[in-house]
Amino acid sequence: MKPKFGVVVFPGSNCDHDAYYALKKIMNVDVSFLWHKENDLQNSNVIILPGGFSYGDYLRCGAIARFSPIMNSIINFANNGGYVVGICNGFQVLLEAGLLPGVMIKNESLKFVCKDVYLSVENRNSIFTSSITRERPIKIPIAHGEGNYFADDETLKELLDNDQIAFKYSSLDGKTDDESNPNGSTMNIAGIVNKKGNVLGLMPHPERACDPILGRSDGKMFFDSILNNLN
Amino acid sequence: MFKAKVIIKRRPSILDPQGVAVEKGAFHLGLTNIKDTRIGKFIEFTVDTSDKIAAEKEVTEYCSKLLANPIMEDFEFTLESMK
Repeated sequence: MKPKFGVVVFPGSNCDHDAYYALKKIMNVDVSFLWHKENDLQNSNVIILPGGFSYGDYLRCGAIARFSPIMNSIINFANNGGYVVGICNGFQVLLEAGLLPGVMIKNESLKFVCKDVYLSVENRNSIFTSSITRERPIKIPIAHGEGNYFADDETLKELLDNDQIAFKYSSLDGKTDDESNPNGSTMNIAGIVNKKGNVLGLMPHPERACDPILGRSDGKMFFDSILNNLN
Repeated sequence: MFKAKVIIKRRPSILDPQGVAVEKGAFHLGLTNIKDTRIGKFIEFTVDTSDKIAAEKEVTEYCSKLLANPIMEDFEFTLESMK
């Protein structure tokens, strides 16, 4: 049986169709949209919280979406070991929901940054990265105004001690310095996993880098990892 | 019925890029004494109960669970009785 992905749709989600397309057409898996007012995850094996501007980004990014009815089911699903991925606004929702530690603040430049970036894969043992076999950094686009990850020293130490940093912004040759940091994120953090390793949040958009027709396909390795770990 | 007025401030330890940018505007205005600009939020609403303790409890929960993110923000509020 094909694995099944559920893509959550909040009012203001705008990368839900990108995720659906990449999963259905490129990864060849079953996908359903999950409306935020529902609480049925429709037997999904993996939940994707997509990018966008849920609830207009009012109050704080992700703050209102976090209280959508479907989030209670997703929190239970995650606590029972289910795979959950938050991309961009989805990452912000996971932080607000407390499924991942830390907060997201405005980009240091105050600019909305939309471009391809390089990511160094910091933890190759996670279920989200284990099939990224290439040594050099992967190329994935970002598009956000609030992707400046912040956490206190104690949380950062925990992230390091538990190997929870999945991706860091880097240069083409893997240097993770200020120059390769597009938004001011602490330690160049672009993506983290929870302690159990079944929940991932990342600001870059792997779903926009799957179809080779778009000129980039490194994002496919990311979804390959999830699929290989499901089987 | 109470009128609630909430002020949400970003913790001093957390960078406020917006405040830094706005302060550059003050500099361009020629206001040379302006320092440490920090941008927060002011929120007001009514609480439909005559029980002040219940109102405080509800406003505290609203602030701590939704209006403010305790990881990076502090909040304070006042309740004023409405006639």
